[in-house]
Amino acid sequence: MATYLEFIQQNEERDGVRFSWNVWPSSRLEATRMVVPLACLLTPLKERPDLPPVQYDPVLCSRPTCKAILNPLCQVDYRAKLWACNFCFQRNQFPPAYAGISEVNQPAELMPQFSTVEYMLQRGAQTPLIFLYVVDTCLEEDDLQALKESLQMSLSLLPPDALVGLITFGRMVQVHELSCEGISKSYVFRGTKDLTAKQIQDMLGLTKPAMPMQQARPAQPQEHPFVSSRFLQPVHKIDMNLTDLLGELQRDPWPVTQGKRPLRSTGVALSIAVGLLEGTFPNTGARIMLFTGGPPTQGPGMVVGDELKVPIRSWHDIEKDNARLMKKATKHYEMLANRTATNGHCIDIYACALDQTGLLEMKCCANLTGGHMVMGDSFNTSLFKQTFQRIFTKDFNGDFRMAFGATLDIKTSRELKIAGAIGPCVSLNVKGPCVSENELGVGGTSQWKICGLDPTSTLGIYFEVVNQHNAPIPQGGRGAIQFVTHYQHSSTQRRIRVTTVARNWADAQSQLRHIEAAFDQEAAAVLMARLGVFRAESEEGPDVLRWLDRQLIRLCQKFGQYNKDDPNSFRLSDTFSLYPQFMFHLRRSPFLQVFNNSPDESSYYRHHFARQDLTQSLIMIQPILYSYSFHGPPEPVLLDSSSILADRILLMDTFFQIVIYLGETIAQWRKAGYQDMPEYENFKHLLQAPLDDAQEILQARFPMPRYINTEHGGSQARFLLSKVNPSQTHNNLYAWGQETGAPILTDDVSLQVFMDHLKKLAVSSAS
Amino acid sequence: MSQQGYVATPPYSQSQPGIGLSPPHYGHYGDPAHSTSPPGMMKPAGPLGPAPPGGILSPGPPPPGPHQFGQNGAHPSGPPPQRFPGPSPASGAAPSYAPYPPSAQQSPYTGSTSTSSVGQLGSQLGAMHINSYGSGMTPPNQGSPGPLPAASLQGPPRPPQPSILQPGSQVLPPPPTTLNGPGASPLPPPTHRQDGPPGPPPPNAQYQPPPLPGQNLGSGYPPQQGNYGPQMAGPQLSYPGGFPGAPAQMVGPPQLPKKLDPDAIPSPIQVIENDRSAREGQVYATHTRGQVPPLVTTDCVIQDQGNASPRYIRCTAYCFPCTSDMAKQAQIPLAAIIKPFATIPSNETPLYLVNHGETGPVRCNRCKAYMCPFMQFIEGGRRYQCGFCSCVNDVPPFYFQHLDHIGRRLDHYEKPELSLGSYEYAATLDYCRKNKPPNPPAFIFMIDVSYSNIKSGLVKLICEELKTMLERLPKEEQEETSAIRVGFITYNKVLHFFNVKSNLAQPQMMVVTDVAEIFVPLLDGFLVNYQESQAVIHNLLDQIPEMFANSNENETVFAPVIQAGMEALKAADCPGKLFIFHSSLPTAEAPGKLKNRDDKKLVNTDKEKILFQPQTNVYDSLAKDCVTNGCCVTLFLFPNQYVDVASLGLVPQLTGGTLYKYNNFQLHLDSQQFLNDLRNDIEKKIGFDAIMRVRTSTGFRATDFFGGIFMNNTTDVEMAAIDCDKAVTVEFKHDDKLGEDTGALIQCAVLYTTISGQRRLRIHNLSLNCSSQLAEVYKSCETDALINFFAKSAFKAVLHQPLKVIREILVNQTAHILACYRKNCAAPSTASQLILPDAMKVLPAYMNCLLKNCVLLSRPEISTDERAYQRQLVMTMDVAASQIFFYPLLLPIHTVDVKSTALPTALRCLESRLSEEGIFLLANGLNMFLWVGVSSPPELIQGIFNVPSFAHINTNMVSLPEIGNPYSQTLRMIMGIIQQKRPYTMKLTIVKQREQPEVVFRQFLVEEKGLYGGSSYVDFLCCVHKEICQLLN
Repeated sequence: MATYLEFIQQNEERDGVRFSWNVWPSSRLEATRMVVPLACLLTPLKERPDLPPVQYDPVLCSRPTCKAILNPLCQVDYRAKLWACNFCFQRNQFPPAYAGISEVNQPAELMPQFSTVEYMLQRGAQTPLIFLYVVDTCLEEDDLQALKESLQMSLSLLPPDALVGLITFGRMVQVHELSCEGISKSYVFRGTKDLTAKQIQDMLGLTKPAMPMQQARPAQPQEHPFVSSRFLQPVHKIDMNLTDLLGELQRDPWPVTQGKRPLRSTGVALSIAVGLLEGTFPNTGARIMLFTGGPPTQGPGMVVGDELKVPIRSWHDIEKDNARLMKKATKHYEMLANRTATNGHCIDIYACALDQTGLLEMKCCANLTGGHMVMGDSFNTSLFKQTFQRIFTKDFNGDFRMAFGATLDIKTSRELKIAGAIGPCVSLNVKGPCVSENELGVGGTSQWKICGLDPTSTLGIYFEVVNQHNAPIPQGGRGAIQFVTHYQHSSTQRRIRVTTVARNWADAQSQLRHIEAAFDQEAAAVLMARLGVFRAESEEGPDVLRWLDRQLIRLCQKFGQYNKDDPNSFRLSDTFSLYPQFMFHLRRSPFLQVFNNSPDESSYYRHHFARQDLTQSLIMIQPILYSYSFHGPPEPVLLDSSSILADRILLMDTFFQIVIYLGETIAQWRKAGYQDMPEYENFKHLLQAPLDDAQEILQARFPMPRYINTEHGGSQARFLLSKVNPSQTHNNLYAWGQETGAPILTDDVSLQVFMDHLKKLAVSSAS
Repeated sequence: MSQQGYVATPPYSQSQPGIGLSPPHYGHYGDPAHSTSPPGMMKPAGPLGPAPPGGILSPGPPPPGPHQFGQNGAHPSGPPPQRFPGPSPASGAAPSYAPYPPSAQQSPYTGSTSTSSVGQLGSQLGAMHINSYGSGMTPPNQGSPGPLPAASLQGPPRPPQPSILQPGSQVLPPPPTTLNGPGASPLPPPTHRQDGPPGPPPPNAQYQPPPLPGQNLGSGYPPQQGNYGPQMAGPQLSYPGGFPGAPAQMVGPPQLPKKLDPDAIPSPIQVIENDRSAREGQVYATHTRGQVPPLVTTDCVIQDQGNASPRYIRCTAYCFPCTSDMAKQAQIPLAAIIKPFATIPSNETPLYLVNHGETGPVRCNRCKAYMCPFMQFIEGGRRYQCGFCSCVNDVPPFYFQHLDHIGRRLDHYEKPELSLGSYEYAATLDYCRKNKPPNPPAFIFMIDVSYSNIKSGLVKLICEELKTMLERLPKEEQEETSAIRVGFITYNKVLHFFNVKSNLAQPQMMVVTDVAEIFVPLLDGFLVNYQESQAVIHNLLDQIPEMFANSNENETVFAPVIQAGMEALKAADCPGKLFIFHSSLPTAEAPGKLKNRDDKKLVNTDKEKILFQPQTNVYDSLAKDCVTNGCCVTLFLFPNQYVDVASLGLVPQLTGGTLYKYNNFQLHLDSQQFLNDLRNDIEKKIGFDAIMRVRTSTGFRATDFFGGIFMNNTTDVEMAAIDCDKAVTVEFKHDDKLGEDTGALIQCAVLYTTISGQRRLRIHNLSLNCSSQLAEVYKSCETDALINFFAKSAFKAVLHQPLKVIREILVNQTAHILACYRKNCAAPSTASQLILPDAMKVLPAYMNCLLKNCVLLSRPEISTDERAYQRQLVMTMDVAASQIFFYPLLLPIHTVDVKSTALPTALRCLESRLSEEGIFLLANGLNMFLWVGVSSPPELIQGIFNVPSFAHINTNMVSLPEIGNPYSQTLRMIMGIIQQKRPYTMKLTIVKQREQPEVVFRQFLVEEKGLYGGSSYVDFLCCVHKEICQLLN
């Protein structure tokens, strides 16, 4: 058998699942002693070019409380045409269509290599996708122009039958009617008045004749463009109209006096967008795309007043409980987010401004609905333009890389219970036998709703082993988990992706080695980080750090090899060796540290951290650093100040930023213009190499990172210096007398100090 | 009648400190607490002064009861003692016949006088004409028998003399059938008579007396009814008594068949014609203080020589009594009807504009009056004394000028403000809102696009017409294009704003559905310059009818519409005018929602006033906001049923707008009338965001204001806008003695914004005489102005008091004014003489017309909306408009000289003036009727209607065919002249004699008894005479 590393990789590629432990401790007590919970990172829609969807409905276990889906782990009696559910052991008849199965004629879902199967459902009305643009008009002229162009361009990227709508806002909110000939028509709302969904629908004239519509709907799915058609129209019909309309879009015409912010009714605009979709297309795939260039300054959801002399809240204000409007605004947006999630729609936020735009308050809109959050300086930057364009990229099948209205249903075998999930989801509050009472993340349910997701959207799912210590699981027993993701594909089909995984149970006392060897420290780091970030949303920062530290110490105590009270004897096995380092960088990361970040930035970083897959998450925790020099090919180097050398070019990827840093000598050479001299062409190539690599990253990533090209002594070099391990600071620089590396002017502890402390604490018999 | 109870009560206008401190009954309609008046009335020795008319009644029995009218005597059923003290003939003599005791053999007021006069009122009245017309005029009744020349010619040669009814001088002969000449065929039997006389029928049916007022006069004037009705003792005595012309005492019914000859009583037409012949075509210079201008019906050239032209200001009296006691005694309302923006004919000089630059107008330091001809320069020109408050001010250095030998500034004739009665000042920033120059005003057109308006084609019509009308927005003469910006809103249950910015390819529509809290969704592009945005606007106007073509929305909102317009103007920081085209009761859920509350049961009750009040106070506060923001609302209503004009019309009224109403609008019939109105209204001369202040010299002051105005305090008249047709009536009261030599000065200053956005002050100055002789006062009165005042004050009172009370007050005050004259000014004569001051000769005639206006008539047959509408119209009328409104113009068409361009002489509004062979045109400022007699000459019918005979005339036409013959041309020219300068386009109705629509037409024959009640002029005059007699006793 291959190594665990290969096993893990193979499983990830096939199922999009990575567990913190790949061999599970067989009792509750042992599991808690493992410190890192049994958990997994699940990427429900992981791209599987090799996995064509099957064109029929899944076979469900007939037990009403189970309803697990037939999978390779089920016992099948081919002669009796029976199968036993591996979760509840219910024996089920195969449906008539399976009459012909035999050992040699198996349906795909029974083959072991198809632990993940995607079903294409045959029923259900197909509603076109809906894109509702909610556009701020309180922008600078060139910003607005750029945004208009981006939006116009996006029309060509949308599926032709997609419904599209436009709401603009400034001091007022305008809902544009798109089907008008000869005159452009819009419904206008006051930006200060909080309206209920019913009021909005009444005012937009969407109140349908309730009864007939309910009955008529299943019968005549053809008549879909009903009442809402005025505001949501198929792109192919109105793209000319809408292009013109967008073209004629003016800046908010209301005068803004000196010393004031423009009045921006983001709260009401979003509320109307939500109400509009809620009333017309509940439970269909829809994106509300909010483009805003500043903080909401009036009405419900107002984040800051219009007086410029009152600055927008900072972390300092929040800690001092000085953010007067924050709670109210947050409540407003949470209410909207929950309503949106209930309706299965998602909200994207594209916020481009130099100052904060209220992402802190609005974050739940994107977080709870699986929408995107993009933060930039201006709509007139490639960061926004590229990012926005990337939303509409297509996969190998030519389908949009987005899915809607998903529900994730998790079944576990009896020894396990579900503790919770962390990711862009909301609980559906489905209690069941496999739901744990202990919550980690969003818990208390076995089903979650993920209104918008893409192939990289990843959830952290936390489990609890409930098997009692005195009721051991027989040797060789396996625990199983089934993830059922029911979603609307971008081609508007309903699909179900079923992933069934199983892992061996092991007795932690006798087989600790096995368990240890099956530890996935990368997944564990990310899963612990998610827990930490989740806690940070509601707890004080220092408490979270202490909790993380304690967990780390306990883990080292459990799995380290050492002699008591002898720090120097401390060793960690290979499968754990990187974990403390991840924790060190996590502690310094913007996800847990708010220093030097605005509340909006923190929200933005956390948003992305809670949804990216493992690789990206690790980059976020511990940025990667490449070195380019004449001494050899490009190589990854330690994220350490000692890596900053004069004759190197460094490329750092923090996920949010790509930094190219020229060492002192290189920078001087470049200044001297050597790269332009034919005899120094190799220098030119050296300069070019990191640029090319950076481009490659920029091309692929969503959202597009901020691209920073700097050099030794440049002001932007701070992006690099703040990330590297401060192994050399002004405190210890001369102690060693070394010349390598660049000292970092910080009082932060370095990784070495951190490790020293860790060892000391781990081996201490006192704790 | 118990009017004498009123004798001592304050008249309409004069507050009477003498009557205790309680608010005078007349002046304060709303005040029921007139209980203190009886003392004054009952006790002549009271503070009322030497000779209150009622004084003679002194020891009358106490009022019958505590009920309110008992005190004033005007209660319907009150026993008569108080009215008929002493002999109490009315009761004692078993009153002859119902309405008019004077004709009884034992007339109460004649009780103590000669027996010969008893019951001779008829003859007196009959003789009246002799005196009143004798003065240089041809008596209309030339055919009347001999008595004319015989006896009563004392009066005639003295034109200014009052008309005197000589008692006993004339016994009214039975009117010969030829009395009225050719046209005077017997009166058609009044179709409206409901009950015949209970006594023997009159021998001569042709002379049927007017119906019994007491019985079927309806609400003509209840006092009469009230008092006399009960007194009708026996059948023989209840004989039609409107008709006091019994020549003999104790005549039995058979002897009283004769009706008082209408031609024998003062004729409004005659008065008008007299003034015309005396002054028409002349130049009237305003140099003299207190001179009485020509009547409004007389056309002459007016030259400003120091007093404002009567086109701007007319007064009820041009000589004020010196003391308040005198004023109380006479009870003549002292009022001015000011029309600050009156249109001036092209042959008169327009107003000069005075610009003092940054210093602004020169004003008195104390009273802030503006520099005017009444300022007296002294000390060699260094100082001047204010004519209003007598304060001595320094002349500002820049304004200094030396005086000439008569103490006049050398530049007297160079400066309009020193030599003219009317002129304008350029206002400085101090006179502007927020000290910023105002923006040019804006017009917003707001079209109701609910189902009915779409279906009737109205929306299309409006949109089509606006395209051409917008070309003609008013502009300053020197400007090339109008500075006025325009905006458009359509609405039904929700509002649609339109962005018509010039750089748009197509208009943008913005729907605002939040009618509960309406707001303006856009700023830029809503109000635009028409020339710049013409293409977009035309595009929009083309699209509006189609856009809503399939709408089936029936419900509308109204208050939010006004609110939206007002907010739009506010946001744009400019004054402006809203043109609202509305058709239905606003029943949609929104502020100002109305319900149908038209309750005929309220008519004729104390609650009737509710029908005239707005349903909710939303409109009141809305109006206030509109005025604050300089937002004038003009409303075009197209009702098919009750729309609650009283509520909808409130904002237009208070904001200086106009209300137009087109009942059951039909496109093919009514569009011309509507379009003319709309066109005129758009083009009208108008000032915005105006504040008017009326200053007076010491001794009196302006106390009450009527018109399309809003007042936040007692002195500043605020008007969102005021146009050339709107007049404000201002009432004055004494607060001190006036000096005969200083006279009474009035300065009316209107601060406003012009159509191009300039801030201006328009000043009108008028000087009046003062006299301690009542005769002088009576001589200087103007009846047309009096009626204007009475109408407005009564119509205002309608909101607060029962109509019956108002009618009583009007009758009483009329009687009182005349009685006072009789008592104090006329040569001594028998009490039973009816003597009318020359200037008020036709006051009873006009007063009767006012009393029978549908507003004051409590009759369920008249639509509530129509009454509310007319009530509102009258409130802003000027004197000319109220004159023709209350006394319509009746012109014979068949006798017109087709070669002349002048109007034919008008006829009195009497049925007897019509003839079967004739065609008559009647106009009252709102309606025009062409009455065609059954035997009209066919050539005339052919000429006018282009049809061969009477039978072929189609009465559905609303305009006459344009035919090239002289008849048609002349008639259409006449109609054109009548229509000219009238604020409302009159709708033409063709009335064929003896066809159904004639009923409507006959209502306008105001000297006749009204269809829905209201007495004839003759009856009313008798009634007034009786009142006077009572007062004199």
